Amino acid sequence: MKVVVDFDLCESNAVCMEIAPEVFEVRDDDFLYVLDENPAEGLHDKVRDAADRCPKQAITLEG
Amino acid sequence: MSDNGAPRIVIVGASLAGVHAAQAIRRSGADAEIVLIGDEADHPYDRPPLSKQYLGGDWDAEKLLLRPSKDPDALGVEWRLGTDAVGLDLEARTVRTLSMDDGPDEVGFDGLVIATGARARRLPDTDGLSDVHVVRSKADADRLRAAVADRGGPIAVIGAGFIGGEVAATFRSAGHDVTMIEAAEAPLTRVLDAEAGMMIAERHRVEGVEVRLGVGVDGFEIDDHGDHQHVRGVRLADGSTVEARTVVVGIGAIPNTEWLGGSGLEIDNGVRADATCLAAPGVVVAGDVANWDHPRYGRPMRVEQWDNGVDQGGYAGRRILADLAGEPIDPFDPVPWFWSDQYDWKIQFAGIAGRGREIIHGDPAEGRFAQLYLDEGGAPCGLLAVNRPRHAIKGRQFLTSAASADEIRDALA
Ligand SMILES: Cc1cc2nc3c(=O)[nH]c(=O)nc-3n(C[C@H](O)[C@H](O)[C@H](O)COP(=O)(O)OP(=O)(O)OC[C@H]3O[C@@H](n4cnc5c(N)ncnc54)[C@H](O)[C@@H]3O)c2cc1C
Ligand code: SF4
Repeated sequence: MKVVVDFDLCESNAVCMEIAPEVFEVRDDDFLYVLDENPAEGLHDKVRDAADRCPKQAITLEG
Repeated sequence: MSDNGAPRIVIVGASLAGVHAAQAIRRSGADAEIVLIGDEADHPYDRPPLSKQYLGGDWDAEKLLLRPSKDPDALGVEWRLGTDAVGLDLEARTVRTLSMDDGPDEVGFDGLVIATGARARRLPDTDGLSDVHVVRSKADADRLRAAVADRGGPIAVIGAGFIGGEVAATFRSAGHDVTMIEAAEAPLTRVLDAEAGMMIAERHRVEGVEVRLGVGVDGFEIDDHGDHQHVRGVRLADGSTVEARTVVVGIGAIPNTEWLGGSGLEIDNGVRADATCLAAPGVVVAGDVANWDHPRYGRPMRVEQWDNGVDQGGYAGRRILADLAGEPIDPFDPVPWFWSDQYDWKIQFAGIAGRGREIIHGDPAEGRFAQLYLDEGGAPCGLLAVNRPRHAIKGRQFLTSAASADEIRDALA
């Protein structure tokens, strides 16, 4: 699984970070950082959940 | 039961909640046949952009699609689009349908998810007026876009709720003359509070929207061209007239429950259900149509918000599987959360409003702030964040864990 974020859509609301902090982090500069573009199997459910709950549909999962 | 003996789950309403119910069932790995019935012809799309980027012409239809619509086969469901559910027989365990292409049919189920959402409330006696619009479906937004491209402004928006505010902001940003008319003394008094509502009204005024508060609509000024009629203006209760060639009505939504008439399900502001969203054995509700016993708030609640559609949809999928397997499941007990984008304002709200409130961060005058709401007992119950998107989500976490007001003040100051 590869995590791709469309930064034109992302508004840094940290919904994804609430669900999968291992993979998504919104820092004090108000930008989202993807900490792990290829998360391990054990994180896939969480990452899928984060992609679902992103209100801007900014997260795409490939593979 | 399907041919191979796997249970058949029928989901009625192929939009946000319905699709997430289907997805949750597939992701569980359960062996179940899923039939997804929806009256719209299009594969499921996202509604929030309909009053924002799509209405403004910044997005095309492709961009609206919900993710599973991009590869519909991958969802592993039998799609029955363009198909209305017209009746439910709980005893025979069948849904009666009427399809645009194939006519009437009947489909049996072992489990049923009701996710028929809501439709826009209209003003009485406006059916024949093609210049009077609502925005609920892509078809509505397409009509409105075309009308404004064709006839232009001025535009009158009736109702200063979130959808009205977004439509006004979209058209004002595109350079149209816009008047927003609201019967209440302040916008959003039911959802937020009068002061916050007035801040949003003020934001519209600064952008050049004419905002008329505390005045109802009496009717329309019409130009009669024989075979068709055009709106010239909106007549207000105070005797004045607002010039308008296009009118958008945003006065709330009505849950789509008519097809359940006579089914025996309790219909009261949507479909009533218990704390696990179960409306009857083997029947679960989700999304805008669901009025379930919300454990946290101790009362029935119906939530017309995007995140709830996703969350409750997924829960409904798991709920129906638990029901079929005779297994227990925790109640559905979220802190609700929604957003609204108007101009450069990102408005977000977690929880529910209460009487007490205090600004805990930023300054409304600068258009960046967070406001905490407190319930009668002084406990935190809601958090409004404007242009502070992270605050709302953190606030929601704190509300979920029933944090004290001091903890929230400290963390979000
Ligand atoms: C213009 C607009 C902007 C919005 N913006 C925001 C926002 O910014 N933030 C936010 O939090 N929320 C927003 N929302 C709310 C959010 O979109 C809804 O909460 C969400 O769509 C609810 O999903 P649902 O699946 O429950 O219902 P719906 O999306 O209403 O879907 C129900 C589906 O069932 C179909 N249906 C109805 N009856 C039948 C039947 N008898 N047989 C077959 N099919 C049937 C309907 O046609 C529809 O396709 C917005 C809504 C609109 C309309
Ligand atoms: S949830 Fe979506 S919009 Fe919010 S920070 Fe994550 S990617 Fe960005």
